[in-house]
Amino acid sequence: MADKIATREAYGNALVELAEKYDFVVLDADLAAATKTGVFKKKYPQRFFDCVIAEGNMISLAAGIATTGLVPFASSFAMFAAGRAYEQVRNSVGYPHLNVKIAATHAGVTVGEDGATHQCNEDIALMRTVPGMVILNPADAPETRAAIEAAILHDGPVYIRLGRAAAPVINGEDYKFEIGKGVTMVDGKDVTIVATGYMTHIALDAAKLLEAEGISARVINMPTIKPLDTAILEQAARETGAIVTVEEHSIIGGLGGAVCEALAETCPVPVARIGVPDCYGRSASAGEMLTYMNLTAENIAAKAKKVIGK
Amino acid sequence: MEQTKLDQLTEIARRVRVGIIEGTYHAKSGHPGGSLSIAEILTYLYFEEMNIDPKNPKMPTRDRFVLSKGHTAPGLYATLAERGFFPVEDLKTLRKIDSYLQGHPDMKGTPGVDMSTGSLGLGISAACGMALSAKYRGEDYRVYTVVGDGESEEGQVWEAAMFAAHYKLDNLVAFIDLNGLQIDGKITEVMNPTPHDEKLKAFGWNVITINAHSFEEIAAALAAARACKGKPTAIIACSVKGKGVSFMEDKADWHGKAPNADEYAQALAELNGEGK
Repeated sequence: MADKIATREAYGNALVELAEKYDFVVLDADLAAATKTGVFKKKYPQRFFDCVIAEGNMISLAAGIATTGLVPFASSFAMFAAGRAYEQVRNSVGYPHLNVKIAATHAGVTVGEDGATHQCNEDIALMRTVPGMVILNPADAPETRAAIEAAILHDGPVYIRLGRAAAPVINGEDYKFEIGKGVTMVDGKDVTIVATGYMTHIALDAAKLLEAEGISARVINMPTIKPLDTAILEQAARETGAIVTVEEHSIIGGLGGAVCEALAETCPVPVARIGVPDCYGRSASAGEMLTYMNLTAENIAAKAKKVIGK
Repeated sequence: MEQTKLDQLTEIARRVRVGIIEGTYHAKSGHPGGSLSIAEILTYLYFEEMNIDPKNPKMPTRDRFVLSKGHTAPGLYATLAERGFFPVEDLKTLRKIDSYLQGHPDMKGTPGVDMSTGSLGLGISAACGMALSAKYRGEDYRVYTVVGDGESEEGQVWEAAMFAAHYKLDNLVAFIDLNGLQIDGKITEVMNPTPHDEKLKAFGWNVITINAHSFEEIAAALAAARACKGKPTAIIACSVKGKGVSFMEDKADWHGKAPNADEYAQALAELNGEGK
């Protein structure tokens, strides 16, 4: 539990680890040192292609590569992979349902000091609207490694959301990952906290705070945003009666939006969404940004109590 | 080029033009102007240049074609139909709800379409990806694309141009269909993207300028492209938008408009050599 490693770093390591097992190439947009594809580039230079600061071209190019049966990973910051190149993702990759893996790092407010222009809090919302797109948002290093392998084995477009900040390891090395499945990390009966990505370990801390106050909180880690595990959500809604969603992404269109859309139609219960409100970030450390946006264990616990009327 | 061959190709291009008129007339919409301007290029590619098999459209070793100016799908469909990928009669189903002939090329639904395109600037990048994959795997297929002159106003075209030159994609040929017109008028007046030849040379491409309606010039340019090593080739194809249908020629108005019944009859009469 003491180990901390950024999911971007786990991504770079996974590419190297899986390189001999699977045939794929890696594209990057002048950010290999930051996205951590650089470790792959160093070991497999013949399988790495720098597409420079031209992300739209990179995504359409990846689509062209995929038409030939070769799997490309295309990496940049989430702001540019999902934001700048949204239309290329939709039309070149999504519409023909091509086997492109977009690994986008520096997502969310934990980007930190680079500030609002680089803190992409909208990528999940954008990618959710692309028909057929699988969206993965791993919480730690073992989950990232498993998600990368699952993405390779999945035939179709996958968007993998990765973070800059070091995240505590909460899963074991034997962790089994399945696309479309949520994982109950802690069982509970009074309320369910559904978290994704970097926020999952903070949700676990919140459950401990609640436990100290005699409230039994279930914690579900949701590494796949699309397709969403509606079964685990409906069960949680039925059994605990209230939901709190937690993400370092806009409360519009992300995990919170997806959970509300799903439960509103099948098992409506009170839901509190914790995430980035309808605003931009600013320059500060990752930790300061989490506090600034109220993405803390204390706030999660407070919102959980409020949603169950305590 | 032998006269017999030239006659054959000329006849195929004429039928391709008829297919373009049939498709857009029955669809009551679509883009005839820029389809007609590339009829010879498409004919030469699919009947002479490219290694393809209409019975095995996904053949892994095939040459690839990406219609970057995807709105001129009627031209591509008419060519694919003539080449035997699907029945010529189906061209009349263009843009209909139950048809596999979408308004812009759909690689999932249409035999022979190698890449879905339509949003301008994206196709040439995909073509670069195909060419890069061939290089990476040591395969010798070639990749062809047609970019519109108006389309070249998209910044992504130049991102792709930079990429292709850097990675020495000499298995890639990009035609620039220089018909001189875009929706809003003459490209040189709306916002001038020329000179393409000097720009692409500066980007590191092998550049050849031809008359887009001359099979001999197309053939010579493609032979020169094959001979050129270490550089992608751009063929600046000077064309007439609407070529072959008198009232459509060199008129921006025919970029994205279907002929009415009278215009349809006149266009077919002209293409069938029945005079005016």
